[in-house]
Amino acid sequence: MPETVFEPWNDPDAEPLIRFRNVTKRFGDFTAIDNQTLDIYEKEFFALLGPSGCGKTTMMRMLAGFETPTEGTIELSGQDIAPIPPNKRAVNMMFQSYALFPHLSVWENIAFGLKRDRMDKDSIAARVEEMLKLTRLEKFARRKPHQISGGQRQRVALARSLAKAPKLLLLDEPMGALDAKLRQDTQFELMDIQEKTGTTFVIVTHDQEEAMTVASRVAVMDHGRIVQADTPARIYEDPESVYVADFIGDVTIIEGTAQPRREGFYEMTFAEAQPGISAQSERKFTAGQACALAIRPEKVVISAEKPENGVNALKGTILDIAYLGNISTYHVELPGGQVIKAQTTNTRRLSRRNFTWEDEVWLSWSETAGVLLEG
Amino acid sequence: MRRLTWFNTTSLTLGFAFLYLPMIILIVYSFNKSELVTVWAGFSTRWYGELLENDAFLDAAWVTLQVAVVSSTVATVLGTLAALVLVRAGRFIGRTLFSGMIYAPLVMPEVITGLSLLLLFIGIGLDRGVLTIILAHTTFSMCYVSVVVSSRLVSFDRSLEEAALDLGCSTVQAFRLVTLPIISPAVISGWLLAFTLSLDDLVIASFTAGPSATTLPIKIWSSIRLGVSPEINALSTILIGIVAVGVISASLITKSASLRQQAEERAAVKA
Ligand SMILES: Nc1ncnc2c1ncn2[C@@H]1O[C@H](COP(=O)(O)OP(=O)(O)O)[C@@H](O)[C@H]1O
Ligand SMILES: [Mg+2]
Repeated sequence: MPETVFEPWNDPDAEPLIRFRNVTKRFGDFTAIDNQTLDIYEKEFFALLGPSGCGKTTMMRMLAGFETPTEGTIELSGQDIAPIPPNKRAVNMMFQSYALFPHLSVWENIAFGLKRDRMDKDSIAARVEEMLKLTRLEKFARRKPHQISGGQRQRVALARSLAKAPKLLLLDEPMGALDAKLRQDTQFELMDIQEKTGTTFVIVTHDQEEAMTVASRVAVMDHGRIVQADTPARIYEDPESVYVADFIGDVTIIEGTAQPRREGFYEMTFAEAQPGISAQSERKFTAGQACALAIRPEKVVISAEKPENGVNALKGTILDIAYLGNISTYHVELPGGQVIKAQTTNTRRLSRRNFTWEDEVWLSWSETAGVLLEG
Repeated sequence: MRRLTWFNTTSLTLGFAFLYLPMIILIVYSFNKSELVTVWAGFSTRWYGELLENDAFLDAAWVTLQVAVVSSTVATVLGTLAALVLVRAGRFIGRTLFSGMIYAPLVMPEVITGLSLLLLFIGIGLDRGVLTIILAHTTFSMCYVSVVVSSRLVSFDRSLEEAALDLGCSTVQAFRLVTLPIISPAVISGWLLAFTLSLDDLVIASFTAGPSATTLPIKIWSSIRLGVSPEINALSTILIGIVAVGVISASLITKSASLRQQAEERAAVKA
């Protein structure tokens, strides 16, 4: 059923809700956003992901209207939003700090935006009740922000920004202050709310797992640039650069030089004493070009004996073992000093570990397991 | 708490005696029955009664009250606006100069402030009276308000205002509905401070008051020159009472309310 797949970014006829066109933002002579072009579609849950200081909040603040682009335009539903002040935009923002009004109750916080729209009293009350119910805050309506817990405050902030039913909701690190368990619950809650309300969400986070969990597409940012914007699966399985591969999830990067073999296949040499690694790639490499193989630990098989049909099989010694309960990650050092990570699932409870420190083991993976990137 | 040593107790007693003994004597003698200020003849509230019949004093009190209320209110509005600009406007040309200039009157000798105002009023041909005292008091107490309010604004989280704008407020609405309620303890204590300063100012008022209007401190000062009367003691006691209430409530309001509010704000902002 191809109709049910939600992929407006692959549809050439789809009109984006937000369109950044060659947007540059400078603070003095510091360039926070560097000539970026980006489309975000209606009903998307779009995540901006990147290390602290890479410009995520700046992107949000330009959408909300607290900053204006130095160059370029931002369009919302095809209309340039530069001349529209923040209070006239159909955009609401959930602040990184929540920014709840300390002198108002939870109820009044949520009603705040509705009152500005001169809605009549009954509709305001109805809408606030709806929001309280959605965020499961009915019991706390009369409390002040300092009388509720961190997780509840975060839900108040969410309810307040959702109350006006904006076309676009901006969430700036909404879960930054929550602990792991609450975070996970909240992520699913957010996805649920997004589905129920059909609002377009743009979420900022520096937590890659969070981005992967909630988002329809993820934009990975680095120093004011979007280095890749794609679905979580493609970002993970098909990163376009070493930076993206390294930023998302656990990965081993092996650097070497490429030699073309068959059509679409390359052999990478990375150390004198080691055999070459064979890899399939859509990207073109010339003979002797510097390249890097990014390989996820779960795609590397670890065994005591040399595998019979393994294409890429390398021998090494176990340097370190990270036991994470459900999985174990082995750090295996090759004779040349290169360390490769391999992961196994701990299917049996308290089973005797097959391998231990200093063991000699074989690592193997297929030609399609790793991604060959420009080094 | 550490125990007070013999030495500490003595220094404390001496210090407080030095500060408050004169006032205590004044208050005690305001309840003296005798007409002679220095001879105790038994307790009476006679002088308080006579005070109420002295029109000159009552007029002066009325002028003082008017001046204090109006000047502190105007000073609060202007001082708050000045504080907003100085804390918020970021860097603009001459910002340091402006903030210096706001605070300069705090250390300016009152005689000079008074004299320059006097020259100004004469220069523009304004007859001295209630209006000129109000203007003069507004000028100097506004700096105090601005200092009190800006110290609160420095710790005010701007994202609260942005949230208000984001939810559809105009800039003015955001200030009225969010900023002002949150900084109100500082504004109120600024007002109380300005009110008390105006109430007991003698120097500047002497320069800017005219024959048509005299304030209480001026009145007291001029009657003292004819000799201290028990009536003056009674009047001064009342003034001490008002000023004490003003200062104490200002500091209580600032301390408790702004501490609580900042805690609330911190709680609401951090999770
Ligand atoms: N108002 C500002 N003035 C100067 N520099 C700023 C301002 N806002 C952000 N920056 C700078 O822009 C960069 C990006 O900031 P930001 O978008 O907040 O990053 P983050 O990705 O952590 O949210 C940072 O280096 C920050 O110091
Ligand atoms: Mg940020």
